[in-house]
Amino acid sequence: MSVAGVVFYIFALTVLAGGVFTVVSRNPVHSVLWLITAFIGATGLFVLMGAEFLAMLLMIVYVGAVAVLFLFVVMMLDIDFAELKAGMAKYLPIALLIGVILLIELAMIFGTWVAADGVTLLARPEAGEIANTEALGRVVYTEYLLLFQLAGLVLLVAMIGAIVLTMRHRKDIKRQNVVMQMQRDPKAAIKLVDVKPGQGL
Amino acid sequence: MTSFDLQAILPELILAVYAMLALLAAVYTGKDKTTPLVTYATAAVMLALALYIGLGDPVTGPAFGGLIMADAYARFAKVGILVAAAAVLLAGEATMLRRGLGRFEYPLLISLATVGMMIMVSAADLMTLYMGLELQSLSLYVVAAMKRDSVKSTEAGMKYFILGALSSGLLLYGASLAYGYAGTTRFDGIIAAATDGHVGMGLLFGLTFVAAGLAFKVSAVPFHMWTPDVYEGAPTPVTAFFATAPKLAAMGLFGRVMFDAFGNAVADWQQIIALMAVLSMFLGAVAAIGQTNIKRLMAYSSISHMGFALLGLAAGTAYGVQAMLVYMAIYLTMNVGTFAFIMSMERDGMQVTEISALNQYAKHEPVKALAMLVLLFSLAGVPPMVGFFGKLYVLNAAVQADLTWLAVAGVIASVIGAFYYLRIVYYMYFGESEERLETPMSPAAWVMLVGSAAAMLLGVINLFGVEGAAAAAAAALVN
Repeated sequence: MSVAGVVFYIFALTVLAGGVFTVVSRNPVHSVLWLITAFIGATGLFVLMGAEFLAMLLMIVYVGAVAVLFLFVVMMLDIDFAELKAGMAKYLPIALLIGVILLIELAMIFGTWVAADGVTLLARPEAGEIANTEALGRVVYTEYLLLFQLAGLVLLVAMIGAIVLTMRHRKDIKRQNVVMQMQRDPKAAIKLVDVKPGQGL
Repeated sequence: MTSFDLQAILPELILAVYAMLALLAAVYTGKDKTTPLVTYATAAVMLALALYIGLGDPVTGPAFGGLIMADAYARFAKVGILVAAAAVLLAGEATMLRRGLGRFEYPLLISLATVGMMIMVSAADLMTLYMGLELQSLSLYVVAAMKRDSVKSTEAGMKYFILGALSSGLLLYGASLAYGYAGTTRFDGIIAAATDGHVGMGLLFGLTFVAAGLAFKVSAVPFHMWTPDVYEGAPTPVTAFFATAPKLAAMGLFGRVMFDAFGNAVADWQQIIALMAVLSMFLGAVAAIGQTNIKRLMAYSSISHMGFALLGLAAGTAYGVQAMLVYMAIYLTMNVGTFAFIMSMERDGMQVTEISALNQYAKHEPVKALAMLVLLFSLAGVPPMVGFFGKLYVLNAAVQADLTWLAVAGVIASVIGAFYYLRIVYYMYFGESEERLETPMSPAAWVMLVGSAAAMLLGVINLFGVEGAAAAAAAALVN
């Protein structure tokens, strides 16, 4: 077995183990941690396939942001996961049945799927020349620059709209005035008084 | 990106940069105190750009690798959109202030919507089409709900948003089908997929869904449900905007998609457009009869007018597109004037939209009443006014394209529709006496009202040269 093959099986097993333990873990925090393990395994698989951009995306977006968000949600919300999982054994047969049916359907689709005659590929990546990230960057920032900028304008409108429709300027609350705070003269603000004993102010 | 690309979108670029700079400037200075200044500046920028596009050195050809198309058709529509947007801003400025809606974001949202509309009419790719459409729609959803304290305005914004999202979904579904079956999102690629005058089944589905999404934007029956509620609920100056520039943009985009992307399969989409045209003309004419609110009435009136504009498109010829463009130009002029009047209607400082409030109006304000009379006659299509020639134009186009039944239906619908316009005139001149209606107008609004009425009479001579420009635009689109 080649080195790539060994590495593939290591990552694939990581993903499978991560998936299984995500489901069976008793502690929800452990579940999320196993999920992260599965994501990292998938990242490795992407790298093996030469999709380095997707790998980095999975690492940064899913592991870095989404999974951490999950973790926060799980820790913040007081959900009794033991109770949620109570019926697992009861529903296991039907869940297995649905799983098997889906598997058979997938097999049927891919087993009989053939491309029609005379089909020509309309777009294909230029093999080997450009890295994925560079190719994607070219499409988004060079070819479709106009669309990218227009999307920016759409987001600007969304921001203006949110402010226009929801912001109310309340007059009866105190606001911080940074300039005034910084302009404050300590000499004018603090008065040192020498209080004689027994006299008071 | 080359200097040609930049030149092709220069007006959009200037307007977008202006909107962003003005936004920053207004936020850091007087906020809502700057509203009049921002409004006038926005209108000035728009008019200057309209002049630049209309008279400047035209750049022609696809830009940004075929994402947008700069041609005479886009220029015609852009000039119309810019002038209409500027006119509505100027006419509505005083009313917005009086109704407590003098927020500086309003003119800026309008200018961003205008950028979206300009992109729409020059789109040469399904993705550009969608970006322009969303930029325009999103701004319009916000301004519809601008009067936050009014339940109706909020409802209008909400309704418009949800139904708009639905129509975007339809459009995107159609666009994805078109992309799947044509293999490209570019219009010049899609048009090549149509062989021997017809498109394949998949592409046909795509075409139909795209047409449905666009029909929502022009409020053509059966996708018109939102129009009366949104027109009634939105603040009147905003309604005036809805009834003008976005309609031209949506019709422009309609023509763009039908001819640039599906121009080889006219027979495939002709029936769809023709059916929508007939339904819109009749529903608009019949449903408006029962209305007592003038804003709802204008909503049904606009549905009916869109039916007539679609009639020109349904002809599927260059002459039909020319008729559609001329009709839209006339429609915009009439609506700017009519809405300049409607937004001034009030009693004791409170806005009035009841038609019966116009009773005996001509006695107190003969000039404005006369201007309204001319405009309403023109909307109805009564012969000496320009509105009649607009209708004649599209009917003629339909007859020339062997759609005589469609033209006959148009004439019948036009006669039915004349009833409710004339009823308003009847109220103004012969109605039962009622409490007096006040119509305080800013000079700008007065100029819009009287000016557009005068245009309806003077335009009879040569239509102010719109015809020639429309012919050039149509020739650029249909080839």
